[in-house]
Formats: sequence, structure tokens, C-alpha cells
Amino acid sequence: MTARSALAGSRRLAEYLVIWVPLLLSAGHVVLFTAWTTWMSFTPSTLLPVNGWVGWRNYTSVLGTRNWQIAFDNLLLFGAGFVILTALTGLLLAILLDQRMRGENLLRSIFLYPMAVSFVVTGTVWSWLLNPGMGIQKLVNDWGWTGFRFDWLIDRDMAIWTIVIAGIWQSSGFAMALFLAGLRSVDGDLIKAAQIDGAGPIRTYTRVILPTLWPIAVAVLVILLQFAIKTFDLVRALTGGGPGLATQLPALVVYDFMFQRGHIGRGSAAAVLMLLTLLFVLVPYGGWKIYQQRRAARG
Amino acid sequence: MGDARASLARTLIYAAAVLLAIAYLVPLAVVVLNSVRSAEEIAQTSMIGWPRAWAFGNYGTAWSEFCIAQTCTGIRPYMLNSALVTVPATVLSTLLGAVAGYAISLWRFRGHAWIFGLVTLGVFLPEQMRLIPWTIVLRDVGLTNTLTGLVMIHTVQGLSFTTLFCRNYYLSIPQDLMKAARIDGAGFFRIFARIVLPLSPPILIVTVIWQFTHIWNEFLYGVTFTTGTQQPITAALIALSASVADIPQHGVQSAAVTIAALPTLLVYLFGGRYFVRGLTAGAVK
Repeated sequence: MTARSALAGSRRLAEYLVIWVPLLLSAGHVVLFTAWTTWMSFTPSTLLPVNGWVGWRNYTSVLGTRNWQIAFDNLLLFGAGFVILTALTGLLLAILLDQRMRGENLLRSIFLYPMAVSFVVTGTVWSWLLNPGMGIQKLVNDWGWTGFRFDWLIDRDMAIWTIVIAGIWQSSGFAMALFLAGLRSVDGDLIKAAQIDGAGPIRTYTRVILPTLWPIAVAVLVILLQFAIKTFDLVRALTGGGPGLATQLPALVVYDFMFQRGHIGRGSAAAVLMLLTLLFVLVPYGGWKIYQQRRAARG
Repeated sequence: MGDARASLARTLIYAAAVLLAIAYLVPLAVVVLNSVRSAEEIAQTSMIGWPRAWAFGNYGTAWSEFCIAQTCTGIRPYMLNSALVTVPATVLSTLLGAVAGYAISLWRFRGHAWIFGLVTLGVFLPEQMRLIPWTIVLRDVGLTNTLTGLVMIHTVQGLSFTTLFCRNYYLSIPQDLMKAARIDGAGFFRIFARIVLPLSPPILIVTVIWQFTHIWNEFLYGVTFTTGTQQPITAALIALSASVADIPQHGVQSAAVTIAALPTLLVYLFGGRYFVRGLTAGAVK
């Protein structure tokens, strides 16, 4: 074997390593960890992971706890409120920014900057603003309107909406950016044609521009919905899940089982249930995307 | 008549934009103003107000003196931890992701579609599905409660995002260019260095901003896999708010929150334009 072919051989090996190590890490850990946690959800693991088989017992006990049931109900309410209101706010901001205003760049930066901040910071700041003893309510009371009440943070029925408010503040800029990109890519001839037909600005929007946005709207809704399902930090920093269990969410229940109650088996079962919730959203979306691509490819 | 209506509409649009902008700025203004107000002043009035006396000392206290979970070092060590995790993990995941994205998009080896599907799945897989496996992996490789452990986790997880971003971007490089380079005898690395990398700055900027803000802002792994003075700043802020619940020190807490948010705000301020452009191009596709 010549030195030259040895060099070529070692270069080939380096190529294989560089290609496959990152790919196997990123694809492999997803498969391995999903299988691992799923396996754990069928074992009697408590403080430490152990092997063994308990069938569906962890699932039935998680589904039977009040903690999980309330968390899931909260997720439905929070998910619906957060996703719909954030998307609508984002759309409103995008339409506003689409009016070719002066200072558009500045406004866009202002609506987007919350995205750069962590949920921990967002949650902390909103917990001050919404705290009736030192936030907005206190300010208005000090102004002289002593009867003013804005105490959702400590109100069991309304506390979940404080998470929605903070979530909208943080994420609506993201929705706005996507909608704005969509608005800006609407065919100019289409708009002109509508104007020639005598459509006013509002009719042009509702009849011509907005209908072209719906693929983006679907993408925005799916992305926001998966944010909602994974929400953890925001609740930890804003309400800690309280008052009582009023703002408990599935992601917090998983953490609680795994690291506070020392029940890895049940925590894993709750994590798998979270994943299934997520797949319930993502699988139809993925199927729809593939269907669209096939249709576009066919012609 | 029509002109008057149009200018009224214009005024209303501007008024709405300005009002909304103020609403979005209030939380930032509240934190920054409180960071220079004394605890007594905040307690007497509310969290929302203009400073009567400027308490710039809050920043010094928050940075190096304030007690977080019985350790009176301020937030300085935690900021350093976050930097020591965020910078290496951002660089590593971006570089590896660029190579992986290049391999998937332009070399089309057997099984590339499957690998790509799994990488995409990694973007959506909840962190809760990975907590226990990571705990065990960290224990087995001896990196429990270390910054190196966090760098490893964020690099591997970040690969899903960086590979996806780069793959989508590199798809627009024409296959003919690849063919010509291969006929000239260029191999995997030379094509990457000579053709792909020079075309990459727009996507690398997006990837770096995305990874930096995500890793800096990450909380769950930080609080789960590290304790005490090994924790990143997000976990320290939660621990700090527990101390503040005992003795109200909202001025100092506001200063800490401001400092903690500053790196990502600066990254966003200087790179946000590219980021939005890349994000919208990638996500709408």
C-alpha cells in the first residue's frame, strides 16, 4: 500500500466521521431517548430507574390524579386562549405594519423584542405588574380609584389568563413577523385588480389579501400550539402553578413526578402523554404538508 | 371629503401603532426604572413609577453582593456560567449543524430522507422526554452538575435546529455547481470549504442568533442538571425571586433581571434584522 492511498483512506474515514457523527447524534438521541423514556414509563422506577414491567399502571395512576386532570383541563383553556389571541394580535400588528408607516422598522423592533427575553424574565416582570399588592392595581388605587380591582393573579378562576397575557406579550411578535412576510408576498397585481374593481381598503383586505394568508396562519397556529403544550418556565416564574392548582400545566406535572415526588415511572408516563398530545397536533399538520407538496409536484 | 377621511384613517392607524408600542414597552420600562429605585420607595408606592432618588447602587449589589440561596456572590458567577455554556454550545452546534445540513442536502446518501425526518422530530420532541435519559447519561460519563455537561446537552439538542436551518438553506445551492466541482476532483471537504461555506453567512447568522438566545434563556435543563453555584442565570433568577419573597428587594431584583436579559437583547438589537429575514424565509417554506 502506498503512502498516497493510505492518505486517501484516512481522508475517507475523516469524511465518514464528520458526516455521520453529528447526524447520528442528532437523529440517534431522538430515537434512543424517546424509546428510553417510553420504556421507563412501563417500569416500577421511583427515585432511581429500575427495570421491570408494570404494564399500564403508571398511566392509569397519572390519568387518575387530580393534578394531571386539572393540568390537562388548564392546557385546553390556556392553549385555546393563548394560540387564538396571540395569532390574532400578531395578525393585527402585521396589518398595522403593512400600512407603509414612517418608523416601521422601529415599531417592528418594539413588537419583536419580547421574543429575545427568556420566559423566566417575562414571567418575573409580569408577576410584578399583575400582583394586586404592588402592580397595576396598586398604582390605580394610589391614583385615587380605590375600588379598582385587577387581581387575576390570585384569583383561581382567572389566574390562567395571566399566563395567556404574558404569553401574548412574548410571542405575538413572532406571529407578526410570519404574517408580515406573508402580507408582503401577496401579488401586487391582485391588489390592483381589486382596487380597479372599486374595492375599498377594508374589502381588499378581507376579500383578497387575507384569504391568501391561510397557509401561513396554519403554520403559526401549529407552532404556537406546540409552544403552549411545552410551556413550563413561564408558569414557574409567573405563578408557580398556583394559586392552588389553577395554573398547573402538564409540563409542570412531569417535573413534579420526576424530581419532587421521586416517581420516575409516573413522570415518564406523563411525559409520554405530553408527547402524544403534541403528536395529535403535529401528525395531521405533517400529513397535510406532504399532501400539499405532492399536489404541487404533480402540477 | 375623501382626503379628510383618508387622513383621519391615517391618524387612527398611527395612534393605534403608538399605543400598542407603548403597551409592549411598559414591561421593559418598569424593570429598567425599578432597577434604579430603592426597595423602600417601591414598597411605599408600587412597582410602576418614576425614580425619586436614583439608586444606581442596586446594580453593584445585584452583580456581586446579593445573596442567592445562602451564597452571597450576586449574579456574577451565574452570568459567567451562562456565558461558559452558551458560547461553546452555540459555536459547536452551529459548525456541526452546517456540516450535517450540507451532507443531507447536497450529498443525498442512502437514507438521507429518514435521517432528515428524525432530525426534524428532534425540533419538536419535548424536553420532558429527555430529562431522565440525560440524567443517566450525565451520571455515566461523570458530568453531573458540570458546565461541560450542559454544553454537551445543548450541543446535541441544538443540532436538530442547526441541521434543519442549514439543510433548508443549502437546498437552494444548484446541484450543477456540485457536479462541476466533483468533476474537477473536489471532495466532500473541499466543496464545503470552497463553495458552501462562502455562501453560508446569511444562514450562519440566523443559526448563531437562534442558538445563543435559546441556550442563554433555557431554564429546565439548567435547574434540573446543576445545583448551587453551577447554575445558569435563568435558574439563579428563580432562586433569587425566592430570596426576594422573604425580604423585599425589588430594586436589586430588577437590576439582576435587567443584567440577565441584556446579552440576548443586545444580540437581538444588532442581529434582529437578519434573524427575522431568515426566520420568515425558513418557517414559511
